[in-house]
Amino acid sequence: MCMRELAAAFTLLASIGVPAAGPDLGKPVTPAEIAAWDISVSPDGDGLPPGSGTAAQGAVVYAQKCAACHGENARGGVNAALVGGGAIERIDSARTIRNFWPYATTVFDYIRRAMPWPQPRTLSNDEVYALTAYILAENRLIAPDAVMNATTLPQVKMPNRDGFIVRFPGEL
Amino acid sequence: MDELLRVAANGLLDRRAFLRGGAAFAAALTAYEVTKPAAAEALADDPWSKVPGETVTAYGSPSRFEKSVVRTLSNPNGEPRTQHARTPHHLLNGTFTPNGVHFVISHMGNPDIDPGKHRLVVHGLVKRPLVFTVDALARYPMVSRMTFLECGGNSAPLFSSAPVQANVQALHGLASCAEWTGVPLATLLAETGIDPKAKWLVAEGGDAPALSRSVPLKKGLDDAMIALYQNGERLMPGNGYPMRLLLPGWEGNMNVKYLRRIKLVEEPAMSYYEARTYAPILPNGKAYRFFFLQQVKSFITHPSPGLALRGPGLYEISGIAYSGNGRISRVMVSADGGATWAESALQEPVLSKAFTRFRIPWRWDGGPAVLQSRAWDEAGNVQPTRAQIVAERGESNKVLPATAFISQHYNGPTSWAIDGNGEVRHVYA
Repeated sequence: MCMRELAAAFTLLASIGVPAAGPDLGKPVTPAEIAAWDISVSPDGDGLPPGSGTAAQGAVVYAQKCAACHGENARGGVNAALVGGGAIERIDSARTIRNFWPYATTVFDYIRRAMPWPQPRTLSNDEVYALTAYILAENRLIAPDAVMNATTLPQVKMPNRDGFIVRFPGEL
Repeated sequence: MDELLRVAANGLLDRRAFLRGGAAFAAALTAYEVTKPAAAEALADDPWSKVPGETVTAYGSPSRFEKSVVRTLSNPNGEPRTQHARTPHHLLNGTFTPNGVHFVISHMGNPDIDPGKHRLVVHGLVKRPLVFTVDALARYPMVSRMTFLECGGNSAPLFSSAPVQANVQALHGLASCAEWTGVPLATLLAETGIDPKAKWLVAEGGDAPALSRSVPLKKGLDDAMIALYQNGERLMPGNGYPMRLLLPGWEGNMNVKYLRRIKLVEEPAMSYYEARTYAPILPNGKAYRFFFLQQVKSFITHPSPGLALRGPGLYEISGIAYSGNGRISRVMVSADGGATWAESALQEPVLSKAFTRFRIPWRWDGGPAVLQSRAWDEAGNVQPTRAQIVAERGESNKVLPATAFISQHYNGPTSWAIDGNGEVRHVYA
């Protein structure tokens, strides 16, 4: 087979959807089968699950499951404060949810995937929404009685959303 | 002869002096006084040479006399915060990092993953979502490449306003280099097919924090690899067993360990580590986003703090240079704080995005010296001076512990001052 015929054969394979690159040992998998792992959330809200929560509900969960590390009222303990933060003025200014994080969805995403230590991914979606609401409300980023859910959370405008410069645009 | 070999002030000699076998050079190098033992003793058989030795073990470990060649641990008791284990560059030589002392950062400990149950799923904006077992991936055509990994926060103490007194392990120990073997990510993406809308991929680990990073698809199709082997053996648990994403030249945190999911998406997920942690603050109050690249950098490992010089004489200055942009093309060394420079020899082979060992002979006269190195890469990038970095990025007005992460992505030079006793200190020069 000459190179042109070989190329034609690959084109034919590609056109009928048969992969030519590898041994094809992956098993087809459905979204339902991936669902338990498919936890990433985008700033536009893509990936946010059903459920909802308020700051009042979150305060209860916080006291039970978060205060041991992050301190009473989320003002800091052995681990970082989740409330507060002054102006970003110096290279070593504390980068907090209020003064730095560009998207509220990141708060939900991080709590859901990694918290609470040492039992990550044991919170219900309602609890994660409630904790997110609690932290955002304590930071005065949402109203004290606001309900956080898949629609409202992406609409929260974080103060530092436009505070970033892409370092190497050519790499994207 | 001495003058012929001198190529920069304060004793730096021609980089080829050690390599040239010529009698003249050999004479020149050996004609000087070196510190020798006061008096040689008569040689005799030692006890270990007169008895049978230890039985060979199934898996080797270093000599018991090398017990100090270990990583330093930031959190040895596993308290609820990140753990860092730093590579002892001053106790190693060559270019590759042994697996047992490769640097590790672990946000919730190393998971104990059963490779028989581990899965990698590739989904999102693909034509055919697929799930792979470790055994299946091990049957794929593989590639091997030598690549450094460096934490984006490595060398952060050099953002302090005054030099932190710490050794090269504490300052630069969050970088290591290994040979990685695995399956090109492009091979798997050719099998799943790619929806033209996909511009990024979200990579996620199967560890407790399900660590997640967004990666431009362009990098994923360039030289990204699903790595299964590290220096010939399966990955160490701290380095991602049984598989990790390898993104040669990009910040360590993006090389997601325990990789279990790749999702192709249109926009980055802005996970914690890209939205907040690896977004260094600039003097105008803005911050860089998507830094990704580990830029050209070098530092001297021999001599360095803790490796005192024992009397005037001939020494080899050597260190490590690397760049996320390709091969190292040149490393210059100064022994007078940057006033004069000499070109060092680069140990072959010089590999793209891998540690390159540089070496230069130096005759220390016993007086004060300030050693510094500066590297260039094949893309034409040069390691900036510390002053240039401070002008662009700022510095802390405090001197924080060496374990503090003041900012990220410091790639300026490191200066070692030698005093009259041969002791080495970290200075700014």
